[in-house]
Amino acid sequence: MTQLSSATRQENGGSGATEPGVDQSGRKKLTFGEGGLAFVFAVMTLVCITVASRAQDPGYAFHAYLSALASVAAVFVILNRYVERPAALPPLEIAGKPNYNMGPVKFATVAAMFWGIAGFTVGVIIAFQLAFPWLNFDLPWTAFGRLRPLHTSAVIFAFGGNVLIGTSFYVVQRTSRARLAGELAPWFVVLGYNFFIVIAGTGYLLGITQSKEYAEPEWYADLWLTVVWVTYLLVFLATLWRRKEPHIYVANWFYLAFIVTIAMLHLGNNASLPVSVFSPKSYIVWSGVQDAMVQWWYGHNAVGFFLTAGFLAIMYYFIPKRADRPVYSYRLSIIHFWALIFLYIWAGPHHLHYTALPDWAQTLGMTFSIMLWMPSWGGMINGLMTLSGAWDKLRTDPVIRMMVVSVAFYGMSTFEGPMMSVKAVNSLSHYTDWTIGHVHSGALGWVAYISFGAIYCLVPWLWNKRELYSLRLVNWHFWISTLGIVFYISAMWVAGILQGLMWRAYTSLGFLEYSFIETVEAMHPFYIIRAVGGVLFLLGALLMAFNLYMTIRQPDAVEADTGARAPSLVPAE
Amino acid sequence: MADIHAQNPHAQDAHKHEVDAVTGVSTTGHEWDGIRELNNPLPRWWLWLFYACIAWAVVYWFAYPAWPLVSGYTSGLLGWNSREAIQADLAALHAQRAAFAGKLDAASLEEIEANPELLAFARAQGRAAFGDNCAPCHGAGAGGAKGYPNLNDDDWLWGGTLEQIQNTILHGARSTDDGGHMGDMPAFGRDGILTRPQVFAVADYVLSLSGHAPEGATDLEAGKQVFEANCVACHGPDAKGNPELGAPNLTDAIWLYGSDRDTIVATVTNGRGGIMPAWSGRLDPSTIKALTVYVHALGGGK
Repeated sequence: MTQLSSATRQENGGSGATEPGVDQSGRKKLTFGEGGLAFVFAVMTLVCITVASRAQDPGYAFHAYLSALASVAAVFVILNRYVERPAALPPLEIAGKPNYNMGPVKFATVAAMFWGIAGFTVGVIIAFQLAFPWLNFDLPWTAFGRLRPLHTSAVIFAFGGNVLIGTSFYVVQRTSRARLAGELAPWFVVLGYNFFIVIAGTGYLLGITQSKEYAEPEWYADLWLTVVWVTYLLVFLATLWRRKEPHIYVANWFYLAFIVTIAMLHLGNNASLPVSVFSPKSYIVWSGVQDAMVQWWYGHNAVGFFLTAGFLAIMYYFIPKRADRPVYSYRLSIIHFWALIFLYIWAGPHHLHYTALPDWAQTLGMTFSIMLWMPSWGGMINGLMTLSGAWDKLRTDPVIRMMVVSVAFYGMSTFEGPMMSVKAVNSLSHYTDWTIGHVHSGALGWVAYISFGAIYCLVPWLWNKRELYSLRLVNWHFWISTLGIVFYISAMWVAGILQGLMWRAYTSLGFLEYSFIETVEAMHPFYIIRAVGGVLFLLGALLMAFNLYMTIRQPDAVEADTGARAPSLVPAE
Repeated sequence: MADIHAQNPHAQDAHKHEVDAVTGVSTTGHEWDGIRELNNPLPRWWLWLFYACIAWAVVYWFAYPAWPLVSGYTSGLLGWNSREAIQADLAALHAQRAAFAGKLDAASLEEIEANPELLAFARAQGRAAFGDNCAPCHGAGAGGAKGYPNLNDDDWLWGGTLEQIQNTILHGARSTDDGGHMGDMPAFGRDGILTRPQVFAVADYVLSLSGHAPEGATDLEAGKQVFEANCVACHGPDAKGNPELGAPNLTDAIWLYGSDRDTIVATVTNGRGGIMPAWSGRLDPSTIKALTVYVHALGGGK
């Protein structure tokens, strides 16, 4: 927080009279942020121990002790950092160049890889559970009902979230030519966010859930995330505020839209009253069809703003950067940005077609989804056409290929989505595995691939390496996981359409042709193919982790800063 | 700022005129971390498709219920709403079934059996109802499972005539329905009615009734005495069972829980009493009639 004042300090070349962290006689002193945060965490420790001692549920007591432990660790780390640091805080610029703060970015990148592999693994397990139900092992902790949210949260919020936080901290610094705002705040964001993930994930396994899809964590985890997320927003805004560029780059518009909207969605959908501070249980304030509507307003915009806007931001930085080509159209980026964020927020009701939701709301959900088609494709066009003049890189650079295929999957999913929102199509596709196939063409094809591409770019830049350890391994990763995605989504398309057709089949005498259990039996071969696809995707991610590990172990590059290579407008060879 | 500009001599002035050598398109003159933007116009096809989608949406709003008002909503020029649509669909379905459904309501089980067309209709309805209501226990193919009778064979615990099958479906077995079948097999071993040697002896004897070779030196005569003293009341002196009590025939090859010695010992020790719910309150009488003739036709209905 004290860093906010440094915006004025940099005006006179960073040689202001009073530096934070130093008193007037030049001795090191505790900043307000360090002292304040250490105090807050000390109080948190006491609160958590009190709650733990009176908790009504062993899982909740475990979370309270875990929080107490984390709070003690935070106090120790903050004070230790103070003792170890030099008297003056890190300067904003060194010799006229921005002194970027990449520590939190590195942490988020490693965390993303870790959670990604964990999330993919759980996905493979539950895919096999659907094909072979005995794999539930008749234990509550390993039952599909608990592992499924563990999978979705691990891949969306843990993997995707760390990628978004990491890349946003990287991109906002580099495109603003400004050091990240705050010294402790960015660390608070990445560590606090990952602590939220741990609470959420262990909670699912222990049976703590508020049973709202993609918003399963209970009230205390939600409150913690709110604090972390608001800090994230403030760090991002403050960094933009101190930018040295006259304009804000398009990637940052998308990041900002993502951060602001997720905050709004999170608060709206998780409005609940806890039974007691000593209980993990809470009751949501919405009820009935209103609750369903709020849930899918949240759920669909989690897709729209977390999994689309945020990752479009990644696309807008990493594709032009890696391809070394200008963005295709500035005008398109403006129009599709505003159209996308205006239209997306209306599309949620298409998750509730043919339910108790009033017809007019269903109509609005459907028509806004249709209107959303072109704004989504605007992002695809801008991503793909940025390659114009550098198409040969698809052949020579597997990282570019991964990102371009990602944008192609984005285009396919954002056509499929509006199509499935049409009521006539939805009457066949709803509740079937087609939806699962659609989600995964977006999740594996678009979100994961653009993230992989970004991480492949980021790791050599962050750790100051010349290139990745092995582009051939990236190539293997690309082909193995692409095969996996094709297995996955084609199996789910066939399964979903078969399922939908079986459910609606009537005999000539006017009776249902198939019982429900027959439609379940018919899914078995497709569930096996899907699980095999998941295994391939996981294998690819393991290759990636190995490649990144070997990259970091390489000797440092000679150039001081590989990320700031001279930009050029010449085409690739 | 200085070093960035040193790398890029064009950046300081005349941004607007900078042209990308590859595409010949000018840039906007902005630059962030080496990234620039071309000043391409919106693709025409993109723009027109976008307009078309908006136009389609507006037309749809006029046609269908779309916008909320203060105390209602715009109901659309087509007058369509989902509540009437589902009623129309259901009416169409009932109309499709109407020719036979009315007859099924009125007909007795014997009349249904005597009318081949009506029987075919009833079996079709019964098959669908079976899949949704009975398959979870009896299996989609009615093949049963351990403790859940196979309905494809001609062995009937509670009787296999049309009347008996209908009665079982209506009231269930050991259900909450007062009219349901009653009668548990006692837990002879657990309740101390028989000693452990007696349980083993009678189990061997029961196995021998269906032609299984007894294991080792078993005393079949002792088993027979135990059987006659304890089991004939329900299973009958010939051990062929009694459908009044749901007591199975022990002389055939059909076993509800299994024909191995351990299972029979467990049965004698702990007793049995599988439950089937009563369906009379849940399914309408016609559906139960349809289920009856369907199940009757599955195996050797009597």
